[in-house]
Amino acid sequence: MTQAVIQALGESALILNTGASATLDCQQRLWAIAAKAAHWPHVRDVVPGMNNLTILFDPLAADAEQLADKLQNAWDAASVSQKTGRKIEIPVTYGGASGPDLEEVARHTGLSPAEIVKRHTAAEYIVYFIGFQPGFPYLGGLDPQLATPRRSQPRLVVPAGSVGIGGSQTGIYPAASPGGWQLIGHSALRLFDPAANPPTLLQPGDRVRFVASEVIA
Amino acid sequence: MIKILRAGRINSIQDMGRSGFRHLGICQSGALDRTALAIANLLVGNPSDAAAIEFTLGPCELAFTADGRIALGGADFAATLDHKPLPSWWSVRVRAGQILRLNAARHGMRAYLAIAGGIDAAPQLGSRATDLQAGFGGHGGCALKEGDSLTAGAPDDPTAALHGAASFGIRPPSWYEDDAETLAIRVIPGPEYELFTQATQKTFWNSNWTLTPQSNRMGFRLSGPELKIKKGSDLLSHGVLPGVIQVPPAGQPIVLMADAQTTGGYPKIGVVISADLARLAQLRFNRTIQFVECDAAQAREELRRDASYLQQIETAMHWLRPAK
Repeated sequence: MTQAVIQALGESALILNTGASATLDCQQRLWAIAAKAAHWPHVRDVVPGMNNLTILFDPLAADAEQLADKLQNAWDAASVSQKTGRKIEIPVTYGGASGPDLEEVARHTGLSPAEIVKRHTAAEYIVYFIGFQPGFPYLGGLDPQLATPRRSQPRLVVPAGSVGIGGSQTGIYPAASPGGWQLIGHSALRLFDPAANPPTLLQPGDRVRFVASEVIA
Repeated sequence: MIKILRAGRINSIQDMGRSGFRHLGICQSGALDRTALAIANLLVGNPSDAAAIEFTLGPCELAFTADGRIALGGADFAATLDHKPLPSWWSVRVRAGQILRLNAARHGMRAYLAIAGGIDAAPQLGSRATDLQAGFGGHGGCALKEGDSLTAGAPDDPTAALHGAASFGIRPPSWYEDDAETLAIRVIPGPEYELFTQATQKTFWNSNWTLTPQSNRMGFRLSGPELKIKKGSDLLSHGVLPGVIQVPPAGQPIVLMADAQTTGGYPKIGVVISADLARLAQLRFNRTIQFVECDAAQAREELRRDASYLQQIETAMHWLRPAK
């Protein structure tokens, strides 16, 4: 495994940076460390990113140097998280008003809308981490043939539940927000519910499959 | 207990925010000026992290529908209680029917109204703070609007209700009265500091940065000379937190604030120390700041100083409580 670098982020956070380029193996090690670090004393938050991990701690109670050592040791000793995430199916209505950019993705990729839906639903995606907004999954596993550049003009409001492609990534917007991804479908599934436990449908490590409930093309 | 008669633009219920949920994309939220919130709370006998109303822009008007005790902290909004001036940092009793008015801010940007017992919103994910983006917490996840009714909780310690004490106040920490042309904000160099040329690093420390009106509870956008990045600035997404100074490709820095998203991809040139985030929160649009380099030891020292100041207020409050 590559050497990890521990960097300070202000007086109350540390980043474990692996320098790797988005591999699942590295991400699985980080999930294992995240699960442990969440129970260390004075640690407030543990945030996996893409092949990196940030911990937030109480700067008056914790010893930052000790925490950095602990983090380094955890990386050196890390085993791949054996925890296989849950399998979650996400029903999607593709095309039409639900996926206004499906035609655009078809034009760009040279594939028919039906073929795009077939490929998008064929893959099993893995939630690398959750960030940006509550429950927003960074998914690995998009068919490279489906990669389509973001819109030149981002939409001011992308509706909640929109399923989109942004470059070589795919994901779902849990809440309405501005966004530049190409919208190919929509899911009625609720990805964030503050009253639920846990409050987000998806968590790092979960395996996601999109299921076409309807295709309007 | 409180009825909003006239809402300003971005007034919401806030406390010290939530932690432990950032891995699910759930941000901190909470008061931008945590010191002002804490002081206002202590002055009415609350724990320092009780929920209060954060006012960002006036004018606002609200009526009390029951008796209680209140205090304002933070910005000076030229407040009046039944048309009589109500200074900030002052704890007073209110009676049902009285009307509190906040006018345009004369100094600072954000004021906090604490009420004995705290604002009684249902805690969600460990906090009563409003997450305005995700739309939960506080009062239905929304900014306050005309006609909203809020209730106060039961005072934490009934003997601390201070009904016997008349009005009293404190002198706030000196920085609230600091009228310097340019605010000095202390910064610890960030993980990508070395991605910037030495000349750019100098520019970062030596320039005056103007707070633009495009700023909000998520981030404060600054304008000044362009900060050029040495090499590829595309990083893999990583965790970010309030205080982080990101530099997007256009070279104009953004300081992340309480409602900041949990992950980001821009280079982090520095991090504003936690103790200075409260000072930054009171900066008015089009005013300037200068970044001053500092280290983690100093940052902790400042936090300790703030904590001991709050401790002093808490101790003094015990003197005001009626003997049992």
